Amino acid sequence: MDQLTFALAGNPNSGKTTLFNVLTGSTAHVGNWPGVTVDKKEGVYKKGDEPVAIMDLPGIYSLSPYTPEEVIARNYILKERPSCIINIVDATNLERNLYLTTQLLEVDIPMVVALNMTDVLKKQGDSIDVAALEEALGLPVVEISALREEGTEELMRRAIEAAKTTRDAFSVLKGIPSYGAIENAEIAFKLKDIQYPLFHAVKLVEKDELEVKSHPAEASAAVEYLKKNMKDASPFGEDTEAEIADARYKYIVENYAVALKRGRERKLGELTRSDKVDRVLTNKWAGIPIFLAILFAVFHLTFSENFLYLGSMIPPFAEFCEGIAAMENPWLSIFFSGDGLNSPGAMLFYLMEACTGQIGDWLGLGLTSMGAAGWAVGLVCDGVWGGVASVLSFVPQIMTLFLLFSILEDSGYMARVAFILDRLLRRFGVSGRAFMPMIMGFGCSIPAMINTRTLADEKERAATVRVIPFFSCGAKAPILTAVAGAIIADSANFHSTDLIVYGMYLLGVLVAILSLLLMRSTTMRGKTPPFVMELPTYHMPRFKNLMLHLWDKLKHYIQKAFTIILVSCIVIWVLSNFSWNWTFLMEEVEGEMINQQMDKSILGSIGMLIQPIFTPLGFGSQLGPWGWVFAVAAITGLIAKENVVATFGALAACVPVAIISSDVEGVGEVATMVAATGINVPALISFIMFNMTTIPCFAAVASAKGELGGKRFAWTLVFWMVTSYVVGSVIYTVGTWGWPALIWAAAAAAAIIGIVIYNKKADKKAKLLK
Amino acid sequence: MKKLLSQLSIGEGGKIVKVGGEGAIRRRLLDMGITPGAEVYFRKKAPLGDPIEISVRGYELTLRKAEANFAEVELY
Repeated sequence: MDQLTFALAGNPNSGKTTLFNVLTGSTAHVGNWPGVTVDKKEGVYKKGDEPVAIMDLPGIYSLSPYTPEEVIARNYILKERPSCIINIVDATNLERNLYLTTQLLEVDIPMVVALNMTDVLKKQGDSIDVAALEEALGLPVVEISALREEGTEELMRRAIEAAKTTRDAFSVLKGIPSYGAIENAEIAFKLKDIQYPLFHAVKLVEKDELEVKSHPAEASAAVEYLKKNMKDASPFGEDTEAEIADARYKYIVENYAVALKRGRERKLGELTRSDKVDRVLTNKWAGIPIFLAILFAVFHLTFSENFLYLGSMIPPFAEFCEGIAAMENPWLSIFFSGDGLNSPGAMLFYLMEACTGQIGDWLGLGLTSMGAAGWAVGLVCDGVWGGVASVLSFVPQIMTLFLLFSILEDSGYMARVAFILDRLLRRFGVSGRAFMPMIMGFGCSIPAMINTRTLADEKERAATVRVIPFFSCGAKAPILTAVAGAIIADSANFHSTDLIVYGMYLLGVLVAILSLLLMRSTTMRGKTPPFVMELPTYHMPRFKNLMLHLWDKLKHYIQKAFTIILVSCIVIWVLSNFSWNWTFLMEEVEGEMINQQMDKSILGSIGMLIQPIFTPLGFGSQLGPWGWVFAVAAITGLIAKENVVATFGALAACVPVAIISSDVEGVGEVATMVAATGINVPALISFIMFNMTTIPCFAAVASAKGELGGKRFAWTLVFWMVTSYVVGSVIYTVGTWGWPALIWAAAAAAAIIGIVIYNKKADKKAKLLK
Repeated sequence: MKKLLSQLSIGEGGKIVKVGGEGAIRRRLLDMGITPGAEVYFRKKAPLGDPIEISVRGYELTLRKAEANFAEVELY
């Protein structure tokens, strides 16, 4: 016999992925909001006598497809014919969850019901009479707690048992007035040898679009039957859609839901614990300020070098910190910056930085003592380790940011954010649901782009995918901190890195909003899609989940640092140390290998060639002999955004100015480049924003291509290039001279007037056509 | 007294009497359990007044006023 395949089907946020992870030992992403799983995932259960393939399907409320993820689940069940369906039912939400069960019953595939979250139910003082439910459903029902890994082996045993039998399709709709039409269609389908005749018959009579299209003859027969027989038979008349949904729920209430034994009667509208929390967090007045405060706290905890503003509030403490900073001890400066205490994120950063610095020193010493040639030491220490280390140093800080976002997600707060912001986001043409993939973009664009599959509307989805990179991802964080650090090193009276970083993040969001507005009123016009979702109950974030998320991310960054970034660093080093006729440009000066003619290198000449492109953005031709470094950094960033800072790291050693020392990896290098080129602050900010809004890294580009496909993808690339160019130019010109703001404003006004007039005309035309 | 689901005030409840609309939105409302006869209770509003949250069939559902406009409620 072939290997068994079980499909996990159930409502969103019912715990399918948690169960999947328990059964297969994998570490798929689990979250506390509906719609975390958007693609099917396969794993293998090995704890039984025989291996069983487990397929985790996206959560669905019904087998009538709306969103791409629902189509995935429906198609899998109907076309791949799993040996058994494990239907996960959230015991705390029995009625709504069993609605899907009544539809799955209509497919002739063996099925087992996994009653999940029974532990939560018991805590509420309720219980479910499993034997009664089993009897009513005619299916095996197993109580489990996927989270506590309870009952899962029993579940698999019953499922394997069931998979070796057959099950006849059964409909709870028997006896409703339109059932005659369903029976007729079922007979017609049976004659045509169509698989799952009952399921298709019900969907046909429900007037499911896909079904009506593929069986027009049977559909018109059904319509005729309904016309003849339904007028007086049912209060719904010919509205079978409402009739059938209503009949399912009625059947559930009468036959299944009676198995639920309430510990005590509840009044409709009784406040739960989540409600009490929500009274504050989604409060009419406090909701939005609290959201902004939480977002600020996340960035403060991750990036601040004046934690809780202790340094500003307690002057003696600030003096003490300054004293410690003056000692320039790398190990002490883990804890204290010149201004105060470091935030946890910043501490981790300096710790990692001190470690990578130490390793670099040892590497240099080791190689020299082994008698390696000067150029080899240069290649390994500056070219390779310098670049890789500047990426690695940021990993702990990125992890901190990611951990904080995971906590917000796992607790259920992120879903509230969608609730709070929906009204606002709708003004920009997307629903509150689009906020979730966007905020995921702060971690990494790739999962965020894949997650847009929860959005029902194609145009909304395309627009969302395009703006996701503007939500600056973890790999872009080093650009922000390093350049912001360099700006501060340059300025005498501004010391708050986290404020600059926070501001840059907000600026990215602003660009995203403006782009959404622009797209939704031009090429991506359309009505704002509906917003119907569940708010999950709050729960304490689970340590295991958090660690799984972190581990996944960590693996991703470390792999990237030692593969694509390592190779990029070697390539950059070679290109910057050889000229076109392969002359090695390094020379020994006072015992040290130095490249004093990097402007003659291959990289230098390429950089100088493309440099003029960036002139309007402030980091082009006006920068003089070394300005091309910025152009090169922007280009290497297209491979991976970590390359931007790594490029500065690899090239700073070659610039003929004194290297500015900074205890922060990256900052010193960028500051050195700033000194060498005389680039101004608006141009530096323009440089950050260019990198934030331009074409993202290779991997994200590939995801965008997968999500959007062909033509739309090509336009997306154009969109990213144009956006970053315009944003950079605006920031540089306005920041440097001020008056160009008038020109930009006039251009924007002209564009807005043009769009409004054009849209009005188009609307009129559409009306006339109607 | 009859009211549109979107017009209830916080704390009001009733029975759904009619679900209008068409196509995907209607289908989703029905699938989520907003069918004639279902009991609903208006729980809360988002800070900006929209979307709203209601209790239906023992769980909490969030939807926009625009979508809640399709359901008519007979107040208790």
